Amino acid sequence: MRLTLKVWRQKNKSDKGGFETYQLNNVDTHASFLEMMDVLNEQLVNENKIPVAFDHDCREGICGACSMVINGRPHGPLKGTTTCQLHMRHFHDGETVTIEPFRANAFPVLKDLVVDRSSFERIQQAGGYISVGTGSAPEANNIPVNKVDAEKAFDSAACIGCGACVAACKNGSAMLFVGAKVSQYALLPQGHPERNERVLNMVAVMDEEGFGGCTNTGACEAECPKEISVANIMRLNREYISAKLSVEKE
Amino acid sequence: MSLTGLFLISFLLVHCSINALMFLNDDGLLFNEAAHFMASNILIRTVEIFLFLFLIIHILQSVAITRQNMKARTISYAGSSATATSKWYSRSMGILGALILVFLVIHLKDFFIPSRFTDRLGFDSNGTPDMYSEVKMAFENPAYAMIYILSMIVLAYHLLHGFQSAFRSLGIYHKKYTPVIEFLGTAFSIVVPAVFAAMPIFFLLKK
Repeated sequence: MRLTLKVWRQKNKSDKGGFETYQLNNVDTHASFLEMMDVLNEQLVNENKIPVAFDHDCREGICGACSMVINGRPHGPLKGTTTCQLHMRHFHDGETVTIEPFRANAFPVLKDLVVDRSSFERIQQAGGYISVGTGSAPEANNIPVNKVDAEKAFDSAACIGCGACVAACKNGSAMLFVGAKVSQYALLPQGHPERNERVLNMVAVMDEEGFGGCTNTGACEAECPKEISVANIMRLNREYISAKLSVEKE
Repeated sequence: MSLTGLFLISFLLVHCSINALMFLNDDGLLFNEAAHFMASNILIRTVEIFLFLFLIIHILQSVAITRQNMKARTISYAGSSATATSKWYSRSMGILGALILVFLVIHLKDFFIPSRFTDRLGFDSNGTPDMYSEVKMAFENPAYAMIYILSMIVLAYHLLHGFQSAFRSLGIYHKKYTPVIEFLGTAFSIVVPAVFAAMPIFFLLKK
């Protein structure tokens, strides 16, 4: 198939950037979107041009490294899919495909389609952990966990931290990500010792990093490649209100 | 936002219930009595102060949140897919709210201020201030009635998102009860503005 690609090119963080148009004449419909980008880059290298920089790692839909906003949709038009798992058969011959980086001031563009998502790391460092005693591994079933909660926690933990929720949200809000991270620990007894500080600290860093606030449009859930539910945002709100009301400042 | 919003929602319910008395076939006698009670009862007057206070807080919070959210993304997308992933009214709460504010200014200027601070109102056959005739006269003007009807459509969409969003912001989510809240929210957003919009239509048809 033939494709016209409108790709965002930006030399570095301070460059203004703009769209460049490329023509691909022989795209395999079985290729994944990233493989199509590889073909584009090969073509660019052969023409002595600088290839398009984009993030990728596992190419199996589990690492969350690939990003890109394809025709206005983070990770492309297919529901519950990362860019690497999106295949070219979902596009039609002669189509013009617009490819942009994730847009949020908390995710500055480093080059072309690569954005700096370390703001997510800093949110995680503020509370995305539990305290455990070191030494030999404890008996796994020492602490009973209700099955429903275990499954909910597992669903929340499915978040790969790719940032599509931020990219999709009109407010550039990270509340689905933070909600999932807070939920996965709030639902399990192992997460309870730091429960209150966790939510307060993670939300504080989220605000410092310049993410917007949630207005419940639901766009994040619709675009999430792991289909994380907005119920996590409501749990985040609940955890936050409860922590705010119960924590006594020293 | 959510708490002030829910308070304003509860006010709408009271306002709407009293206005519905206009549809009774008594030339507005009961409505006038209810309106007079609302305007003179000390408890209601106290709550009214909070109503204005919460309305102002609701507006100030929305401005603050909108400013923060606009700062979070200064470069927008070339391709847009918003329609595929969210409802237009959920993304337009600020604009819908601003339109409601314009309506409120007109509404307060024409009904609230004259009835409370001037002696423009006449008296009905029971000797109660005749708010009914004031409303009737205003709505017999088709252009004015149209402004009201359009404003109620705006209010309906604002409520359609706002009602359930308020519960979500307060962290209230439950597999069983959230669908109930969503149903009530949708019903409220349709019924309450419809009752309000029925008044200008009622008086236009009556004329």
